[in-house]
Amino acid sequence: MGEPYLLQMKNIGKSYYGTQVLQDINLSLKPGEIHAIVGENGAGKSTLMNILFGMEVIHSTGGYEGEIHVNGKKEEIDSPQKAMEMGIGMVHQEFMLLPNFTITENIKLNRENLKPSFLSRVFGEKTKRLDFPTMNADARKALNKLDIDIEEYVMVAGLPVGYMQLTEIAREIDKTNVKVIVFDEPTAVLAESEAERLLEAMKIIAEEGIAILFITHRLDEVIAISDNITVLRDGKLVATKKAEETDASQLAELMVGRKIEKMVHGEERDFKNEIALKTQNLVVHMPGEKVKGVDLEIKKGEFFGIGGLAGQGKVGVANGIMGLYPGTGQVWINGKPLGLNSPSKSMARGLAYVSEDRRGVGLLLDSSVELNIVITSLQNQDKFLKNYGLLRLMDNKGIHQHALKMIKELDIRCTGPTQLVKRLSGGNQQKVCIARALTMQPDILFVSEPTRGIDVGAKRLVLETLVRLNDELGMTIIMTSSELGELRSVCDRIAIVSEGAIAGILRPGDPDADYGLLMGGKRKRRGA
Amino acid sequence: MLTPNSIPEEKVKLSNKQIIIKFLTNNMVTIMFIVLGLAGFFIAGMNPFLFLFDIVARMSRNSFLVLSLIIPVVAGMGLNFSIVLGAMAGQALLIFVTHWGITGLPGILLCIVLVTPLSMFLGYLTGKLFNKAKGQEMIAGLILAFFAQGIYELIFLQLVGGIIPMENRVLIMGQGIGVRTTVDLTDGLKYGLDWPGLSWGMPNLLRPTLPWTIIVGVIVLLVGYLAYILFFKGKRASMPKLISAAAVGGFLVYWSVNQIQTASMINMVRIPLLTWFVILALCLFIVFFSKTKLGQDMRSVGQDRHVAAVSGIQVDRVRVIAIMMSMVMASWGHIIFLQNMGAFSTYGSHEQIGLYSVAALLIGGATVTKATIGQALLGVFLFHTLFIVSPSAGRQLFGDAQVGEYFRVFVAYGVIGATLAMHAWRKLLQRKGELGV
Ligand SMILES: Nc1ncnc2c1ncn2[C@@H]1O[C@H](COP(=O)(O)OP(=O)(O)OP(=O)(O)O)[C@@H](O)[C@H]1O
Ligand SMILES: [Mg+2]
Repeated sequence: MGEPYLLQMKNIGKSYYGTQVLQDINLSLKPGEIHAIVGENGAGKSTLMNILFGMEVIHSTGGYEGEIHVNGKKEEIDSPQKAMEMGIGMVHQEFMLLPNFTITENIKLNRENLKPSFLSRVFGEKTKRLDFPTMNADARKALNKLDIDIEEYVMVAGLPVGYMQLTEIAREIDKTNVKVIVFDEPTAVLAESEAERLLEAMKIIAEEGIAILFITHRLDEVIAISDNITVLRDGKLVATKKAEETDASQLAELMVGRKIEKMVHGEERDFKNEIALKTQNLVVHMPGEKVKGVDLEIKKGEFFGIGGLAGQGKVGVANGIMGLYPGTGQVWINGKPLGLNSPSKSMARGLAYVSEDRRGVGLLLDSSVELNIVITSLQNQDKFLKNYGLLRLMDNKGIHQHALKMIKELDIRCTGPTQLVKRLSGGNQQKVCIARALTMQPDILFVSEPTRGIDVGAKRLVLETLVRLNDELGMTIIMTSSELGELRSVCDRIAIVSEGAIAGILRPGDPDADYGLLMGGKRKRRGA
Repeated sequence: MLTPNSIPEEKVKLSNKQIIIKFLTNNMVTIMFIVLGLAGFFIAGMNPFLFLFDIVARMSRNSFLVLSLIIPVVAGMGLNFSIVLGAMAGQALLIFVTHWGITGLPGILLCIVLVTPLSMFLGYLTGKLFNKAKGQEMIAGLILAFFAQGIYELIFLQLVGGIIPMENRVLIMGQGIGVRTTVDLTDGLKYGLDWPGLSWGMPNLLRPTLPWTIIVGVIVLLVGYLAYILFFKGKRASMPKLISAAAVGGFLVYWSVNQIQTASMINMVRIPLLTWFVILALCLFIVFFSKTKLGQDMRSVGQDRHVAAVSGIQVDRVRVIAIMMSMVMASWGHIIFLQNMGAFSTYGSHEQIGLYSVAALLIGGATVTKATIGQALLGVFLFHTLFIVSPSAGRQLFGDAQVGEYFRVFVAYGVIGATLAMHAWRKLLQRKGELGV
């Protein structure tokens, strides 16, 4: 019986240090098929893909159970190299880029075009010279497919995350012998327009007969693009559905195992006339998200939202105030001016930031969950320390308890506070980042894209925690998000940024049409 | 894995003052040594001729060794203290070839041919060891060097003359077992490579002097450049570059002609052209190599082993090759060094090689993670300037040349210690920066 399947994973199981994280997973893929894999944070999606790609973590922890068949033939995929030989490509959940290389060099990493050199006749392939013109041309072609107009000879270090992600995707597109490409949450750090372009590109790739495995937490993307959908929960396969037979809410239910209600916004609140944060003519030079003069006044205790389309500058505002990108203009915190361009000064003034690019960022991967949660407070605020005469030691018990509380509140899926962060799933690592910022109990908290890469169920928990902090501690929160629904469910006021300036400020209850107008750049004319 | 959070800070526009401060802090070590060298030079009341004489000799014999350190740095393995093993291999070959009585350039070539497989083998083992101690290569290299010293002593003190037969009145100690503590290369391999400037028996007329070498060198460069433009349709350099090159060339020629006319002592500085060509060839090779596939693999592995491995690069293999290349270069470098010295202490002369070469590289501005050819050569120049001036500066200041001697040993260790500490400190800072949520 000839099998039409390109790839089959049969009865796959995997345990890490005695914990079963995958069990009896079956998955089949035909050429040209787009197959989505959805599931909660920690359900085992990345683990399954790591098995397919022969990653070292899998094999250094005892390998896996089950069989992988490529073109109907059983294969042992024991290294990424082997996977690549089998025509499998993968865009990993965390970045696999070399910062001091150009985009071209990263796209062509270990697949460089070569030309003979005077040594290569004797010493072979490895002493051939790199053929940069061809490499650049190839890189250009791949970037064009994704419709990106960044120069291919730019160094990767310092690029906005979106471009880094697209660079990785371009790398897979450039591969000539691929039959299957795995995308592990490629859209998590992309702006909507970039994500749309990526989905388009994926469709084109699939039409060429390449099969695609696609992981995402944006369920509407799943419905829009995939042919088949596999749902994982707690390492088990719950269902495999055809896309046209299901919808986003059913998927969410399958993933979480219960119904998810929408959050609704509370009443309008009044604030005393204390201004927590004021900006005047704030200009921020953030590539791709330029801010060209923003004036804001945010009251103490307010939950303020910043929304807008991608590339219009909404992300730049928080980055500028936190001193992460060069900026000019005036900023006052509680009435006193703040010097820009220095993250440490901003932190010292009681600001904290959950950055939009959290993927593997700033986490001490080889340290425990609890240490990661408290470390910024420990170092900058002398919290969680105990005095023993002259000695000051970490208050281990206090740290442990605090971590337990955070783990519960944000539903961080781990074996306990002492688990190493590198053993968490990508989404749960992000929750640790959020927990760390919350631990600082700042006067003003900036959060950018707090629910990116976080599953539908946990999304709600994260937002609820933010609302509670705002309510109980009176913390001023400024949340930047590309999801309007999310902003409207929790914020008191929402500023829409367009072309680097504030197009207008709306209440969550204002009609959809108003939002649409402002987002489209139809600014309320001043003085008119 | 990439940590983009730490990067944007770099892009914050700096004021001129900040740029200067950044330049000074980043090049602190190098600047300090320029100042020290200049000060020592004047305090010592150094005769410029003697200085030039000395520095030319020292650069020609030390540069190759220091250059051998570059490739492991590129591959992310830090400062390769294990080059001492390569030095031992080179030295061993010098002893044997001296015993066989092959002299001059043929002798040196024989040394090179025979030492290559030996040091490749040593490099292979060392690389394997380093792969077992990733991230700890420097410590592993230092300890390995101590360990190898023991084996080396065992071989040359106990085995040679005994199990390894060698009958040689001059080389072997009285009892017939063990090599004497010093080996003299005079009338043998001494200056074997340093042709024609230092070669014995070469008529004086044919031994190029420094001024003549400069004049011919400038002319060769000029002709080469013109040929490149006219016959190979090469790209023309930019005007400012051309003008400054012309100015420097013009001045050098003017100075040289002047020296020749006044028959100054500078005319006694003889150039070992062949050695310099070998050093130049190594520089060109390193440049070429960095543009090959293997060179690119090393740069990848050097930046991030994990990412390199996931892209299918055989990380361990690449690292072993890097150490093997470094080891071979070090063995050649040590042969070049000793043939110029003309005599060496059998059980000691290789010991300091790792230390001094690493110090020189660091003084040129290299770090544990970045090293270039320019930094290596500048470092050799500055480090040895200090070597030359410190004894007489010590005598002038403290009435004792020995103080200067101590000082330079102190400096060598001090620089290495300080650089390693600074490396650790930078890493810590970087971590802290990343933690700012
Ligand atoms: N290196 C590791 N060592 C031990 N346990 C691990 C390791 N990597 C993942 N795990 C565990 O395996 C489980 C599945 O993780 P996985 O990364 O596959 O989740 P995921 O579905 O990709 O989640 P997310 O949506 O958050 O990315 C989690 O419980 C996680 O803690
Ligand atoms: Mg994952």
